[in-house]
Amino acid sequence: MSWLTAENLALVFGALTALSVLLYAILDGYDLGVGITLPMHEEAWRDTAIASIGPFWDANETWLVLAVGLLLVAFPAAHSAILHALYLPAALLLIGLILRGVAFDFRAKVKPERKRNWDWTFKFGSFLATFSQGFMLGIYVMGLEYRTGSIIFACFSGLCVTAAYAMIGNAWLIGKTTGDLQRRAIRQCKLAGVWTLAGILAVSAINPLVNANVYQVWTQPPLAYFFSAIPLLCFAMFALGYVALKRLPLPDDRGAWLPFFICKVIFICSFVGLALSFYPFVVPNQLTLYEAASSQESLTIIFFGAVIVIPIIAAYTAVAYYAFRGKADGLKYY
Amino acid sequence: MLDTLILSRIQFAANISFHILFPTITIALGWLLVYFKIRFDLSQHPVWMRAYRFWVKVFALTFALGVVSGITMSFQFGTNWPGFMETVGNIAGPLLAYEILTAFFLEATMLGIMLFGFNKVPRWLHTLATLLVAVGTTMSAFWILVLNSWMQTPVGFEMRDGVAHATDWFAIIFNPSFPYRFTHMMMASALTVCFLVAGISAYRLYRGDNKKAPRITLKTALFSAALLAPLQAFIGDLHGLNTLEHQPAKIAAMEGIWHTEQGAPLVLFAIPDAETQQNRFAIEIPKLASFILTHDFNGELKGINEFPDAHPPVAPVFYSFRVMVGIGLLMLAVAWWCSLRLYRHGELSQLQYKVLIGMSFSGWIATLAGWYVTEIGRQPYLIHGVLKTRDAVTTVAGEQVALTLIMYLVLYVVLLIAYVRTIFWLAKRAIDVEEYDLSLPGLPERKTPLATTGAEQ
Repeated sequence: MSWLTAENLALVFGALTALSVLLYAILDGYDLGVGITLPMHEEAWRDTAIASIGPFWDANETWLVLAVGLLLVAFPAAHSAILHALYLPAALLLIGLILRGVAFDFRAKVKPERKRNWDWTFKFGSFLATFSQGFMLGIYVMGLEYRTGSIIFACFSGLCVTAAYAMIGNAWLIGKTTGDLQRRAIRQCKLAGVWTLAGILAVSAINPLVNANVYQVWTQPPLAYFFSAIPLLCFAMFALGYVALKRLPLPDDRGAWLPFFICKVIFICSFVGLALSFYPFVVPNQLTLYEAASSQESLTIIFFGAVIVIPIIAAYTAVAYYAFRGKADGLKYY
Repeated sequence: MLDTLILSRIQFAANISFHILFPTITIALGWLLVYFKIRFDLSQHPVWMRAYRFWVKVFALTFALGVVSGITMSFQFGTNWPGFMETVGNIAGPLLAYEILTAFFLEATMLGIMLFGFNKVPRWLHTLATLLVAVGTTMSAFWILVLNSWMQTPVGFEMRDGVAHATDWFAIIFNPSFPYRFTHMMMASALTVCFLVAGISAYRLYRGDNKKAPRITLKTALFSAALLAPLQAFIGDLHGLNTLEHQPAKIAAMEGIWHTEQGAPLVLFAIPDAETQQNRFAIEIPKLASFILTHDFNGELKGINEFPDAHPPVAPVFYSFRVMVGIGLLMLAVAWWCSLRLYRHGELSQLQYKVLIGMSFSGWIATLAGWYVTEIGRQPYLIHGVLKTRDAVTTVAGEQVALTLIMYLVLYVVLLIAYVRTIFWLAKRAIDVEEYDLSLPGLPERKTPLATTGAEQ
């Protein structure tokens, strides 16, 4: 395997790590989003909303473990530089994830009078996790530095990432539910979409101003012409999504999965946009993929494992989604 | 100025101690559920499904706590111990990657089908999912114990410019202490689950539950414990011999041997004093330690004095070891005492119920104590003979570590209380409700006579 050079391996693992982060953002994104906008005034709605993500959330969260794990094993120097700088927000993220993960199970098992407290814990934990993620993204974009300006920006980014998760979470609910809960999800999705759009516009404007090479990526012909397709597609999706949400729900539940599909495209566009902005850096302006990569021999070993196992993971994940297709009914533990 | 090293060590200890509680239960409980499910599939007798139903709830809750506390671990390496991956990343990295790829996704995805898929997938697929969850948890234990054992007995690598490079993956995976540590931990998990199941089943029966399911689970758990407890003592002994060969300083601390001696006594209890390098108030059995470890009453055991700069702190290792062995022996005694009575009379005495209830979580204490022996016993090294703990620590400010440590500790205490209370609440609720009601539509594929009558009416 002569093409498995150190450089190619670094690129492959960079791509794999990026793919895991993207899959995490989309997959755990929708279940975090359901958590953030959990309807606190209607217990039956909460049960349905949580039932819709019940079989999936655990596997979704595993993508974060894989993403952080890949960063750790393939780019250890980057893992330690990034998490060193993001020490406190990362701890808050973990606490958020712990709270929501356990609340999810406790709510179904504790005394009835305590269930509502765990629902609040679920909602709060989801919010803490998404806000921390957005905050971390903001600090990352600003070059992993804490200045007044970057902290304000990171807080704004925290809110916008929360909005993006709320958007995709409600888009998921539109597909998974019916009736009043579905109508609520449509409203919430619209609202969250506006905030998400604002966030994407803000990052798109500020990022090139802060980072000189980002400016170059998006303005240097001829590649910039191709790259411009990404934001165009993204904004077109917002427009399409707005039209779609105005018309939903349709008879026979037609198009109920369209918003979720649109959200996925928006997530992919935003992510690819960010990845292109920073390539080849894995720590902005400090460390490239190629400098941070582990030794060739250990990456080769992981590479073969990944090539064999990832298709299998995809296959049984497909089985799980197929088994739980359709509207969420009152799922119960068995 | 707060000391980042000691705080990071406490934080790692707190995180991993909290985390290991839950996998210790899910590893063996997963297999117990497979057993219940297969018994149900074969016999169609609803009692197996009732046993399954009750314990799958405990499993789900435990699994959730294990997953979320495990995510913390994957961050810890980078946040607090960057020197670890810098030095041995080429070996630890692939092992961790294989754990995630072959175990985490499998168990997480199959868990969804196992918990929610009973009515949505064919019967065989549900059983297969249950099996794959058990396989997944065991695989994940396999990989993480490979890594931990390699840190204790590192082989199959060479150091180039201060960085470890793998030379023999087979040797790394099946490193000298791995077979012992893996079996010892699997048995620890099994015994922990035996006593949890026995304790909770005893609680239900003690509170007047007259259903068949808790009786069956009590019997299964007690008889298994009676079988496994002596086996565990035997495996533990082999593990000790292995440690003597590779990490003699750890054995010296475990046995409280300060100075190399022939015919070393077995110290039952003492207060090890690091100042004077002696045991105070020692109660000893002459020559027994030498006999156990060298199979010769006058065999020589190396003392702490042989390892002037590279020995662990004696007291915590010494005490933890006695706690582990003490609980192990107590489990052995209780398992046999209760099993014999159950075998002869078909039920336990009130006192036995109370003892079992009290010992519901005794496996946790023994498991933690055992891990403290082996992990504190590895100090001052992080990787035995290769990397010292203090050389791997982060440069994050002590205040930040202290702040996160407090947050974690508060959270863990709250969650532990909630967890134990919820398990007992589930048991209490199960006394009044039937876990698996045959009159519900669509549940059994082959209808038993009872269910058929129900459907005709």
